[in-house]
Amino acid sequence: MKVLMKGNDAISEAAIQAGCKAFFGYPITPQNEIPEYMSRKMEASGGVFVQAESEVGAINMIYGAASAGVRCMTTSSSPGMALKQEGISYICGANLPCVIVNVARCGPGLGGILPAQSDYFQSTRGGGNGDYYMPVFAPSTVQECWDLVFHAFDVADKYRTPTLILLEGLLGQMMEPLEMTKRPPVTVDKSWCTDGNADKRPRNVVTSLSLYAEVLEQMNIDRFKVYEEITKNELMVENSVKDGDTVAIVAYGTPSRIALNAIEELAAEGINAGLIRPITLWPYPYEVFQNLPSSVEHILVAELSMGQMVEDVRLGVEGKYPVHFYGRTGGSIFEPSEIAAKVREIVKGAK
Amino acid sequence: MTRMIFSGYGGQGVLTLGEIVATIAMKKGKHVTWMPSYGPEMRGGTANCAVIISDKVIGSPIVLSNIDILVAMNQPSVDKFLPLVSPGGLAMVNSSIVTDKVKSDNVDILEIDATNIAVQVGNLRVANMVMLAGFLKNTDLFNLDDITDVLEQRFEGSRSKDLIPLNIKAIQAGMA
Repeated sequence: MKVLMKGNDAISEAAIQAGCKAFFGYPITPQNEIPEYMSRKMEASGGVFVQAESEVGAINMIYGAASAGVRCMTTSSSPGMALKQEGISYICGANLPCVIVNVARCGPGLGGILPAQSDYFQSTRGGGNGDYYMPVFAPSTVQECWDLVFHAFDVADKYRTPTLILLEGLLGQMMEPLEMTKRPPVTVDKSWCTDGNADKRPRNVVTSLSLYAEVLEQMNIDRFKVYEEITKNELMVENSVKDGDTVAIVAYGTPSRIALNAIEELAAEGINAGLIRPITLWPYPYEVFQNLPSSVEHILVAELSMGQMVEDVRLGVEGKYPVHFYGRTGGSIFEPSEIAAKVREIVKGAK
Repeated sequence: MTRMIFSGYGGQGVLTLGEIVATIAMKKGKHVTWMPSYGPEMRGGTANCAVIISDKVIGSPIVLSNIDILVAMNQPSVDKFLPLVSPGGLAMVNSSIVTDKVKSDNVDILEIDATNIAVQVGNLRVANMVMLAGFLKNTDLFNLDDITDVLEQRFEGSRSKDLIPLNIKAIQAGMA
C-alpha cells in the first residue's frame, strides 16, 4: 500500500528501516523534518538521537559511532554541509562507513532556504582536505529517496566509505506516493571496529593520522583502488536518448523532471530530445556520452546553479559535441518552457 | 492532468486541504505530487501548496502557470493566482473573507461562504473542509465517501478522530 510522504520523511523512515542506530544533527532549513522525525522515532527503534551543539559536533559524533561499527547518519543543508567538511575528510581518512544527507539550498554563504544544486563541486570533488571522493547519490522522486537510503548504507558498509545523498530542498519538501519496500541490509564484516576488545583480541585503532610518507602514500593508493572498484560496480544513470534525438538534455534531481516536461513540449513541435539523468554524481557516468545515437548533435546541461555538473559533462563528451548550459540560481527554478526555449535556440542556431 | 493551487493565510488549513485531495487521488491509483511553498513565510502570512493529479508519471511538481483549479481562501491568494488560472478553469473563493466580488471573463468562479459556514457548524478551523464541497459540486475528482475514508485513515488512533463527524458536517453544510 502506498503512502503520501515528504522526501525528508521518506529518508528518515528508510534510514531507520535500513538499520540506522545513531542519528546526529543540527537544525537547518530545508532538512528539519529529518531530525524531527528521528527525534520521535529513533529511541523506539532501539537507536539514539542527539541534537548536537553544531554541525561540526554532529559529524564528529558520526566519526565516533561509525568507528564503533554502528550504522549512522547525519543530515544537513548547504551551509551546514560546509561546516561538516573537516569531519568528512577525517572519516574518509579513517575509512569509516556512514550516510550523510544534504538537502541543498541556495548559496554561497548563508544564501537562502530555497532549493539549489550549487553544492555539486562540494559534493563530488571532496569538500575537505586531502585526496578523497565519496559516492554521491542524487534522487529525483520520493520513492528514489527511499530506495537510495538503503543503497547508500549498503555501499558505505561494503567499501568502508561515507556516502552522500544529495537532493534539492524541493524534493525534501514535496510529497509523493511511496511504496515502503523493505530490503534486507547487506551484512559485512566489521571486525575492524572499536567496540571494546575485552582483552580477547588485539586492540583496533581508528585514526586518520599517518605521519610516515611511505605508509600514507600506500594507504592513499589502496583507497583509490577501492574508488576504482566503486566506479566499476556502482555507476547509476538513466539514459532515455534514442535514435532520432538531436539533443541530449543532461539533468539530475528535480530539474530532470522539469526536463521531461520540456522534452514532451518539444516533441509536439517535431524537435526530438532525450534525457540523460545521472543518479550517481560520483562516480560520474562519463561513458554514457561516448555511446550516444548518431542522430545527436547537441548536449544541453540544465542545472540549478551557475554551471557545475556541466564540467563533468564536458569531460565525458571529450569535445565530440557542443555542450550548452542553462541554469537558474538563488532559489529560482526554471519552468519546462525555459528549457524548451533553450533547445529551440540551440537547434535553430545550428541550421 | 489536473493542476491545482490551494492558497490562504497560514492557519487556514490550505496545506492540509491539498494533502487530503492528493491522498484521495493516490488511493484512486493516480500519480500525484504535493508541493508546499516553503519560502521565508511568517505566521499570519500566506501559504500555498501545488497539487498535480495525473494518469501519467508527473515531471515537474511546480505549478506556476496553467492552473486548472484554484482554491483561494483570502484576497492575496485571489490577486496572486487568479491571473494564472487557465481559461475554462475553476476558482473556488472563500467569500466570507474575500468580500469584493471576484470577476473573470474566462474562469468559472465559485463563491463558498466557507469561514461563516464553519463557524455555524461549530468550529472556525473546518473552513478548509467546507471548500471541499466545491470539489463535490463542480468536479468529478471524488465523492464524499472518498473524503470520509481518507479522514478516517489519517486520524486513526488519534484524539482528532472525534472531530471527523464535524468535518463531514462542514462539507455537507457547504453543499447545501
